[in-house]
Amino acid sequence: MDIATLAFSAFYQFGDAFAFLVLSACGLAVIFGMMGVINLAHGEFIMCGAYVTAASVHAGLPLPLGILAGTAVSALVGVLVELLVIRHLYERPLDTIVATWGLSLIATQGTLILVGSTMAGVGTPFGSFQVGAYSYSIYRIVLFMAALAVLGGLYALFNWTRFGVLARATIQVPHMAAALGVDTRLIYSLTFACGAGLAGLAGGLYAPTMTLVPTMGATFIMEAFVTVVIGGADVFLGTAPAGGVLAVVKSGMTSWQGQLFGQIGLLVAVIIVVRVLPKGISGFVLRERT
Amino acid sequence: MSAVVSLLRRLEGPQTLGRGRGFWSLFALVLLGAVAFPLLTDGYTVGNTVYFFVWVFIALSLSLIWGYGGSLSFGQTAFFGIAGYGYGVLTINFGADYGFTWIALLIAVGIAALFALLLGYFMFFGRIAGVFLGIVTLAVTLMLERFMAQTAGPEWHIGSARLNGFNGMSAMPPLTIPWFDEPIVLFADVGLYYIVLAMLVIVYLALRILMNSSFGNVIVAIRENPERAEMLGYDIRKYQLITFVIGAALAGLSGVLYTVWGQYITPSSMGMTAAALPLIWVAVGGRSDLTTTVIGTLVVLSGFQALTIYGSQYALVFMGVLLVLTVLIAPNGLVLGIINWVTRLVSRRKQETA
Repeated sequence: MDIATLAFSAFYQFGDAFAFLVLSACGLAVIFGMMGVINLAHGEFIMCGAYVTAASVHAGLPLPLGILAGTAVSALVGVLVELLVIRHLYERPLDTIVATWGLSLIATQGTLILVGSTMAGVGTPFGSFQVGAYSYSIYRIVLFMAALAVLGGLYALFNWTRFGVLARATIQVPHMAAALGVDTRLIYSLTFACGAGLAGLAGGLYAPTMTLVPTMGATFIMEAFVTVVIGGADVFLGTAPAGGVLAVVKSGMTSWQGQLFGQIGLLVAVIIVVRVLPKGISGFVLRERT
Repeated sequence: MSAVVSLLRRLEGPQTLGRGRGFWSLFALVLLGAVAFPLLTDGYTVGNTVYFFVWVFIALSLSLIWGYGGSLSFGQTAFFGIAGYGYGVLTINFGADYGFTWIALLIAVGIAALFALLLGYFMFFGRIAGVFLGIVTLAVTLMLERFMAQTAGPEWHIGSARLNGFNGMSAMPPLTIPWFDEPIVLFADVGLYYIVLAMLVIVYLALRILMNSSFGNVIVAIRENPERAEMLGYDIRKYQLITFVIGAALAGLSGVLYTVWGQYITPSSMGMTAAALPLIWVAVGGRSDLTTTVIGTLVVLSGFQALTIYGSQYALVFMGVLLVLTVLIAPNGLVLGIINWVTRLVSRRKQETA
């Protein structure tokens, strides 16, 4: 095997890990970064997105539309959850964790009751291509592109749109924003919906690559949390670089010792990083800047 | 002598509900009932009650760390699992002779505490607090579950103990008291019932003393306002770490007793659902008091078991709803809320008659 194919293989694995980390984490990061709320039902929003995507594909929709449907349904559920539960708990961050955990329990077991222990999956599209002796799935490349597109889209949303400006104002000084006529409750609702929708998008994108079971959210949630903890509160300064660093750790450890050690590597990385940089990468960057 | 008296005086105080002759006579009455309980009922119910008691330790540990200390830890089930596996590995390797099971119990609890010391050092001395603490402990718990679940192959063994992956370990010897002619084996029956009941009473009273001591007061002060506690000269990191380790040891004790009770331990005892359940008992009972935690745990557990007849998924959905509603309506816990309401009612009645 020559250097070029080796490099491509390493890059492919890095891209795969990066896409998984960023896509599963960005919904969580938006909600945490903007609202200070940790959404433990994040994995269940991902599950919701994946299930709706699969159901729409079974109903005859093409996959991209199915993914859109999954995203939309998750976002709607997000609005509902914010209205019924999260809204009442902004003053008590620890209680939001507990409440969203209760929601996650309800969602997982409810899906088990309603849909059953598995759901028929969707085939992975696009097939594969050959580099050197190995074949690679094209869809994984698509996922990597999707992760970059989501980061770009979020950057545009929060920097170039009116909603983005209002949202950032609300996050910085909520009372001031409210005094200037911003409907902060609406902003919080929309932000939560945005995070839930991103989770649904992640679920929809990964629906063709995994088995659909009610507990599938748990596969994402650890990676998502680790990325958010290491990244800190800011999506661009935190989640993206954290995704990059962790992807190197994970793909490196995985190709060296196997999947499990990839995950152990993540855990060790997070414990060391919280000891050195308690506010995550973005906290470190922002402190340097001020 | 005076030291003992001053220690006993700490049994009641500002950090625990219940004081005076009324409370302690009730306590004695309940204890008497608990002691007489095996005489009045059949072996199955006794074994089942032991199962309930086993979980009270982990609930108390969560009450200590979360309710009193204010740090939400999802790691209790990790310590539970570590100690449970520890007991299994030790007793399968070294057998149950010469009372070794008790040494294994202590070592297993010690391993859990040591692990908590290591993890807690990184967290508390890294000044991780609030929601992040919850996430890091949750990540550790899930990681452990995944790790244990993939240890199915024969290459995963410690000594002669196979870890058995997702199916978990089984057939470890139960607790055994060495005796002259033949050792007394404590199966999940009357014998184990009294041992666990005794442990429960000791732990409960010891925690009452601990929480009403100056240490407990500092812990509560840190919960109320960490900066102020620090300005008053307390190294809050040390206090938090010690609480965390004590809590981990209690959760570990729960894990060992669980393993002893059923003679098996599986990775799913460290999973998401397993981690959620203690949280529900403690939240519903009233996390900031030991007594309400015990009551809440026993009530919710028996309710949960009664519901499981209709299928465990339904019971879990109900538990989730119960948790969300508790957090929304009675953030301090239902049992604690009811007790506070009754005391207010009684004191108002007294004022009116006076």
